[in-house]
Amino acid sequence: MAVILDLVVQNAQMLLVLLLAPLLTGFVRKAKARLQRRRGPSLLQPYRDLLRLSRKETVLAEESSWLFRVIPYLIFAATWVAASLVPTFAAGLMFNWSADLIAIIALLGSARFFLALAGMDVGTSFGGLGSSREMMIATLAEPATIMIVFTLALLAGSTQLSQVAAFMLSPAVGLRVSLGLALVALVMVAIAENGRIPIDNPATHLELTMVHEAMLLEYSGRHLAVIELAASLKLLLYLSLIACVFLPWGQAQPGAGPAAQLAGVGAYIGKLAVGGLFLAWFETSIAKMRVFRVSDFLGAALMLGLLGTLLLFVSRSL
Amino acid sequence: MGHLEFDVAHLFAGGLVLVSFMLLYQDRLYALLNVFALQAVVLALSVSWQAYVQGAPHLYVTAAIALFFKAIIVPMALHRIIARLGVHREVENVVSTGPTMLAGMGLVALSMVVMLRVTSAAVPLAREDLAFALSVVLLGLLMMVTRNNAVSQIVGFMSLENGLILAATGAKGMPLVVEISVAFSVLIAFIVIGTLLFRIRERFDTIDAEALDRFRGGRR
Amino acid sequence: MSAWFGLAWVCVLMAVAVFALLNGRAQNSSAAVYGACFLISFVGLLAALIHLISGAPESEIVLPLGLPWIGAHFRVDALTAFFLAVVNLGGAAACLYAIGYARHEAEPQRSTPFVPAFLAGMNLVVLAGDAFSFLFAWEFMSLSSWALVMAHHREEGVARAGYVYIVMASFGTLALLLAFGLLAGPQGDYAFAAIRAHQASPLRAGFILALALAGAGSKAGLVPLHVWLPLAHPAAPSHVSALMSGVMTKVAVYGFIRIVFDLLGPPQWWQGLPILAIGGGSAVLGVLYAMMQTDLKRVLAYSTIENIGLIFVGLGLALAFEANGFRTAAALALTAALFHVLNHAFFKSLLFFGAGAVLVATGEREMDRLGGLIRRMPVTSFVFLIGCMAISALPPLNGFASEWLAFQAILLSPQLPQWGLKLLVPAVGALLALSAALAAACFVRVYGIVFLGRPRFAAAKGAEEVDQWSLAAMASLAALCVIAGVLPGLVIDGLAPVAQALVGARMPAQASLPWLSIAPIAESRSSYNGLLVFAFIAMSASLAAYVIHRFASRALRRAPAWDCGYPDASPLTQYSAEGFAQPIRRVFGTFVFRASERIDMPAPGETRPARIDVTLHDLAWELIYAPIALAVSFVAERLNRIQYLTIRIYLSLVFFSLVFLLLALAVWP
Repeated sequence: MAVILDLVVQNAQMLLVLLLAPLLTGFVRKAKARLQRRRGPSLLQPYRDLLRLSRKETVLAEESSWLFRVIPYLIFAATWVAASLVPTFAAGLMFNWSADLIAIIALLGSARFFLALAGMDVGTSFGGLGSSREMMIATLAEPATIMIVFTLALLAGSTQLSQVAAFMLSPAVGLRVSLGLALVALVMVAIAENGRIPIDNPATHLELTMVHEAMLLEYSGRHLAVIELAASLKLLLYLSLIACVFLPWGQAQPGAGPAAQLAGVGAYIGKLAVGGLFLAWFETSIAKMRVFRVSDFLGAALMLGLLGTLLLFVSRSL
Repeated sequence: MGHLEFDVAHLFAGGLVLVSFMLLYQDRLYALLNVFALQAVVLALSVSWQAYVQGAPHLYVTAAIALFFKAIIVPMALHRIIARLGVHREVENVVSTGPTMLAGMGLVALSMVVMLRVTSAAVPLAREDLAFALSVVLLGLLMMVTRNNAVSQIVGFMSLENGLILAATGAKGMPLVVEISVAFSVLIAFIVIGTLLFRIRERFDTIDAEALDRFRGGRR
Repeated sequence: MSAWFGLAWVCVLMAVAVFALLNGRAQNSSAAVYGACFLISFVGLLAALIHLISGAPESEIVLPLGLPWIGAHFRVDALTAFFLAVVNLGGAAACLYAIGYARHEAEPQRSTPFVPAFLAGMNLVVLAGDAFSFLFAWEFMSLSSWALVMAHHREEGVARAGYVYIVMASFGTLALLLAFGLLAGPQGDYAFAAIRAHQASPLRAGFILALALAGAGSKAGLVPLHVWLPLAHPAAPSHVSALMSGVMTKVAVYGFIRIVFDLLGPPQWWQGLPILAIGGGSAVLGVLYAMMQTDLKRVLAYSTIENIGLIFVGLGLALAFEANGFRTAAALALTAALFHVLNHAFFKSLLFFGAGAVLVATGEREMDRLGGLIRRMPVTSFVFLIGCMAISALPPLNGFASEWLAFQAILLSPQLPQWGLKLLVPAVGALLALSAALAAACFVRVYGIVFLGRPRFAAAKGAEEVDQWSLAAMASLAALCVIAGVLPGLVIDGLAPVAQALVGARMPAQASLPWLSIAPIAESRSSYNGLLVFAFIAMSASLAAYVIHRFASRALRRAPAWDCGYPDASPLTQYSAEGFAQPIRRVFGTFVFRASERIDMPAPGETRPARIDVTLHDLAWELIYAPIALAVSFVAERLNRIQYLTIRIYLSLVFFSLVFLLLALAVWP
C-alpha cells in the first residue's frame, strides 16, 4: 500500500512540474510586464504558444542530421528527469535515492551538452556562437554549482536532496555564513543557467547578444515546442531547488495523508510565486552585461561557493 | 554561550568577509562606496551584538562610531570628492577581478588556518572572530595593492581598519580610549589623504596613483 | 591464473612479433599478426578477469634470468590482475581495430612487429615481481613504443616527437631506477617481497615518492612532465595512439601504485599533498591545453593529461585517508581512481579509434578542415558521440560514475585532521569540477566541428565509412562505456579485492543493494543509480516522442537554413575550432597561457582581409624545459674540448678516475 502511495506521489510530482512549468514562465513574464507598467500577455500564453507550435509544420534545415531531430527529446527527457527528482511538495520521493544532487547537476549538464551540439549541427555561424558562449558560461556555472552542493552536503552529511531538506528542517542547522554564501551563489548560478538578465535575455533576438536563443535558431514547430517546455522546466527546477533547500517548510512528510499533500502543493506554489516575483523584480532592476563580464559574475559565484565550502572544511573542528 | 549567540556573531563576522569580497568585486566607484557603507553597517551590527553578548556597554559606543563615521560621513565625503573631481567612475584594476578574487580566497583560507591554529586555547567565538578579522584586514590590503585609483585605495584602507575593530571587539577588553583614538587617527588619515587627493589631482589631472610613479620617472 | 600463464602469453606475443618481423613484406601478414594478437589479448583479458573475480591466491615464480643473485620474479596478485585486464582489453580492442586499419598504412612493416612487442612489454611490466625485471620491461615498453611513434618518420614533426619522447622516457626510467635503488636500501634487496619487508625512513620515503612521481608521472603525462605526450601520442598510427594513451599511461599509473601503495609501506599524511596538487593542476591544465588545440589527435592527447590528473587526485586522496587510518574512505578514493583508469581506457581508446577512422576517411587531422561527417560516417559518428559523452562525465555513462565516486571521496575529507589537507582538498574539488565542465566544452567543440555542420573542404565531403573490423572495435568499446556507466556496481565489486589488498578495506558490496544502485560508504549518505537514470531518460524521451508524434502535427519540410539575408554562405563561415574556443581562451587564457590577441584591421579602402593573431605561451615549456635545454647545450659546448684530446690523455683520464675511485674506497669508513 505504502509503495502504491509513494508511486502516486512520485508520478503526481512528475506531472505537477510538467504542468506548472509553463505557468511559471508566464507568471514571470506577467510580473515583469507589470513592473514595467505594461499589461503583458496572459498567464496562460506559454501554454497557447506550446499548442500553437505543436500544431505547426516543422521546417528542418537541409543540412541538419538525425541528431538534430533526436536532441529535443533528449534535452526534454534529461531536464524532466532532473526536475522530477527535486522534492517539490512532498519530501522523501520514491526514486529520490536514484540520483543525488551531483547527478541532478550532471543531468542538466547532459541537456546542455546536447543543446550545444544542436546549435552546431546546421552549420550556421549563429549556432556556433550560441554554443560556444553557452559552454563558456557552463564552464564557470557548473563548478560553482558543485561547490554549492559540497557546502550543502558537508552540512547535511549527504548529497541526497531529501536528506539535505530534512537536515534544513532540523534545529541542527543554525545560522551559518556558508549557507548564506551558498544561497547567493545558487541564485547567481540559477540566473546564469536559465539565461536570464543580466547574463542573457530570454526575450531578445538581437543577434550579437543571444546565447540560448542562438542555438535554437533553426528549430521550429514541435521540436521548438519541446525545447521551450524543457527551458520552462529548467527554470522551475532551479526555483524548486532553491525552495527545497533553503525554504523546506511546508513540504508534506513521507507517509502524510492527502490533506497534508495538498497543503504541500499549496505551499510549493506559494514559494514558486515568491521566487518568480523576485526574479521579475531582479530582471527589471538590472541591465544586461557584456558577454565577457559574465565570467566575472560567475567567477564570483564560484568564489562564493568555494568560500562556503572552505569555511566548512576549516571550521568543522570548532 | 548559547547556540544562537554564537550563530549570530558568526553570521555577522562572516558577512563582513562577504562584504569585503563584494568590495573586491565592485568596479564602479559609487557602488564601491555604497558597499563600503554596507560594510560599516555590518560592522556596527556585529560590534553591537558583541556588546550585547559580552555585556560590555562601551562597545555600543564603538558601534555608534562605526555607524556614524564609516557608514555615513566617510562615504558621503568620498561621494562629494568623486563628484568634485569628476573622475572616471570605473576603477582600473592592476590585476583583473578573477585572479584578485582567487587571491582573496587564498588569503581567507590562510588567515583561517593561522588563526585557528594559533588560538586553540581561546573560546570558539573569539577564535572565529579573530580569523574573520584577519581575513578582512588581508582583503583590505589586497584591495589597496590591486587598485590604482586613489579613492579605492582609501576604501581598502578603511575596510582594513574595519577588520581591526572586529578583532578588537572579539578579543574582549580593548579600552574605549584606545578605540576612540584609533577612530580619530583613521579620520585624520582620511582627511590627510583626501586633501592629498586634491593636490594630486591639481598637479597631474588624474587620481591614478600610478601617475606619481611616472612623475618619479627617471630616478628608477 | 598463475604467473606461468602470464609469462606464457608474453612469450607467445613475442613469437608473433618475431613472425611479423620476418614476414613483414608478405601479403596480408599484418592482418594475420593483428588477428593473432587480438586472440591472445582476448584470452589474456578473460584469464585476468577470472583471476580478479574468483579471488584466486597470489602466485609467484622465480626464473634464473636477469641478475644472477636475484633471478627474475614474476607474480600475479589482485592489482596485477586488474591492470592485466586493462592492458589486454586495450590491446584486444586496438588489434581488432587494426585488422582493417593496417591496410591503409603505406608501410605496415614499420609498425606491425612492434605492436605485439609493445603489448608484451606492457604485460611484462605489470607481471614483474622484482625491480630489475620491472625496469627491464619498462624500458622495453618505452623503446617499442618509441619505434611505433617513429613509424611515420618522414612526416613533419614526427622526428622531433620521437626525440622528445626518448629523452623524457630515459629521464623517467632514470628516476624509477633511483627510486628502486632507494627502496632496495643498502642490502640491495631488489625483489618486491624483500623490499616490502623493510621500512624506509620518512626522509627516504619522501625521496622515493618524488622519484616515483617523476618517473611514473612523466610516463603518465602529469604536468609539467607532460610535454612529450601531446607530441608522441598523435604521431603514432591511430591504434597505437589509442594503446599509448589508453593503456600505456595506465601502466605508468600501475607503476606508481605499486611503488607508493605497496612497496613504500605505511604512508605519511603529507605524501598526499603533492599528488593532490599535481593531479588537480594536471586535470585543469590538460583540458585547457586541449581546448586550445586544433589537431584532433592532439586534443585527445591533451585530454589524456586531464584524465591522468583525475586519477592521481583519487590516488592522493586515498593516500591521505590511509595515512590517517580512514580505511573505508581510502578504499572509496582508490576505487574511484581505479574505476577511472578503466573508464579512460574505454573511452580514450574509442576516441582515438574514431580519430583514426576520420583520418583514414579524409586524410585530415586538422579539425578546421573537417565537418559534416555525421552524414558520411553514421556508425563512427554515433560511437564517437558516446565516447564524447562518456569523457565529458555525463550521466548515465561511465565517466560520470567514477567522477561521482571521486566527489564522494572529497566530501569525506573534512574529517582529515591536517590543516594542509583541509585547505587543499576543497580547492582540488573545485579544480575537478572545473575540469569536468571544461571537458564537456572541449568535446562539444570536437564533435561539433568534426562531425556536425557542413563539410568545410572537399576531403570531408567525400569521406566514406571505415571497414567492419574498426567499426566492431569501436562499437564494443562504446557498449562497454554504456555498461560500465549503467551498472557501476559490478565494476566496483570487481575492484574490491584490489582495494582490500592495497589499503586493507573495501567499499561495501554493491551488487546486493536494491535496484543495483551504488553507495560510497553507507546508503544513507548518498546513492546513485545509473540503471534507473538511464531507464528514466529512455522512458521520458520515448514518452515525449510518442506524445508528440501522436498528437502534434507531423508535417515536415526541408528548407535551406536561415541565412540572415546573405545567401550562399560558404561553409567556412561556420564557427571554427579556434573561434569556438575563444570565449574560454579569454576567460582562462590570459592567466594560464599569457594569451594575447592582436587585431590587424586594414584601413578603410584597403582590400586585404582583417586578421586576428593569437599568441599562446606554453609556460611549462618556456619556464622549465627551455632553460634546461639551454643549460645542457651550454655544458655540452664547454665539454666539447674533451673530444679533441690525444689518446694518451684519454688513457690517463681513465687511469686517474680508476685511482680516484680506489682511493675513495680505501678511505671510506
